Amino acid sequence: MHELPQQLANGLILGAMYGLIAIGYTMVYGIIQLINFAHGEIFMIGGFGALTVSLWMPAGANLLAIVPLMIIGGVICSVAVSVAAERFAYRPLRNAPRLAPLITAIGLSLALQQAIWKWYPDATKDHPFPQFKGDAFNILGAHVQRGDLFVLISAPVCMIALGLFVSKTRAGRGMQATSQDPDTAKLMGINTDRIIVMAFAIGAAFAAVAAVAYGLKNGQIGFRMGFLMGLKAFTAAVLGGIGNIYGAMLGGVVLGVAESLATGYMSDVPGMELFGGGAWKDVWAFALLIIVLLLRPQGLLGERVADRA
Amino acid sequence: MTALLEVEDLRVAYGKIEAVKGISFTVEAGQVVTLIGTNGAGKTTTLRTLSGLLKPLAGRILFEGKPLTNIPAHKIVSLGLAHSPEGRHIFPRLTITENLLLGAYLRNDKAGIEKDVQRAYDLFPILGERRKQAAGTLSGGEQQMLAMGRAMMSQPKLLMLDEPSMGLSPIMMQKIMETIVELRASGTTILLVEQNAQAALSLADQGHVMEIGKIVLSGTGSDLLHDESVRKAYLGED
Repeated sequence: MHELPQQLANGLILGAMYGLIAIGYTMVYGIIQLINFAHGEIFMIGGFGALTVSLWMPAGANLLAIVPLMIIGGVICSVAVSVAAERFAYRPLRNAPRLAPLITAIGLSLALQQAIWKWYPDATKDHPFPQFKGDAFNILGAHVQRGDLFVLISAPVCMIALGLFVSKTRAGRGMQATSQDPDTAKLMGINTDRIIVMAFAIGAAFAAVAAVAYGLKNGQIGFRMGFLMGLKAFTAAVLGGIGNIYGAMLGGVVLGVAESLATGYMSDVPGMELFGGGAWKDVWAFALLIIVLLLRPQGLLGERVADRA
Repeated sequence: MTALLEVEDLRVAYGKIEAVKGISFTVEAGQVVTLIGTNGAGKTTTLRTLSGLLKPLAGRILFEGKPLTNIPAHKIVSLGLAHSPEGRHIFPRLTITENLLLGAYLRNDKAGIEKDVQRAYDLFPILGERRKQAAGTLSGGEQQMLAMGRAMMSQPKLLMLDEPSMGLSPIMMQKIMETIVELRASGTTILLVEQNAQAALSLADQGHVMEIGKIVLSGTGSDLLHDESVRKAYLGED
């Protein structure tokens, strides 16, 4: 398992998932400068929403037909929880010191995790997630499982749709204006509260798509899955330049590929034999973050703060 | 005839500190009215309250006879009140055209919007030449033109300009003041806040002098321009 195409494919699959989740961190941060630490749990809840829909389906139904319904179910759950969190947890703290919403986000993260653990039937164990059956595809020398194709298609589709929305529509322009100067945005007639809700909702919807991808790839989901995936996606958002939607996707892919390459090749580097393999991949991911932040604190595509003057 | 804007005993506070301590004035349709005074007099606070960014402690604001005080900021612009804020506050990472289109955010008449974008380019040719450029790359004076053009995009009945001459070169300031005269000639009602009392008073129909939250003197532009105490305090004459 040392072939380069395979490692790149694995990295890309993982990175696309990170990127989809990272969009949620970056959009919310870009508009209200809040690091929404509960976003990992929004991702997890999307997974459980999708799983629940799949359990309602008749046995033996074609998974390809069910997946769109699972996405819809996951998106509804994630968006509902995320919008409620904005309305009832974050909005009352809009003018509070920065630390207050941040701590609220951490508390919300724990609360959501525990709520699923307690109230979702049997959530104390990992739940099996539906799987595509059949052989892997061979793409340019890499084996790509059928389930992994999902994220390789859905991530670019989501990204292009978001890019068009932000640059071509009135609401998208309103969103950019709100992130650059919220008071002046109000003077233009932009309902900034609605724009903020929109940012939470879009981020949650993308996280739900990522959760379906996660389930299809790993074959199971659990109430703890949001923690590490959320942390990695946050890393991806910072790596790419927090506040920048293209940066989030780029950061995700760079992080995923770096993790995958480090896993595959680090043990071949003389003197580093001990640090290869899957056990060290998180170390390399965060080491990469530290290096990028030292050399380019604003992230790969981040804007220089001077532009804001 | 009722005035376009009536402000009655308006009081605004930041926490416990009262920045505007009961001011009253009116703006008639077609007039240029100016609020002058030094830093901290409460001029900007007054405008920010009129456009809904700040909530007043007490007092009434009537726009075309309707109270504004409980209307959120994003709805006030649709009533016909546009605000070009102090420090220009253009959207730096959007292009000039995008900035102008944001000024027309609530309008749905595509053809009319296009016509008004063109009108802004006619008024300020430099903006037309650089329409695809990020607004943050413009000079201070050009940004001021953009902020004024953007405010005009909502087809306001009342245009509020906060310190349009701030930080500009004399030539640029001249250009901005000429534009205000042009806008008035085309029938726009303007509420102008300025530290540059000379420039503001010479083109205003009515002027009010503010000092630490109060209006201490009111009159026509030329009256105030020739008033001895104004000349001493604001026009730098002994």
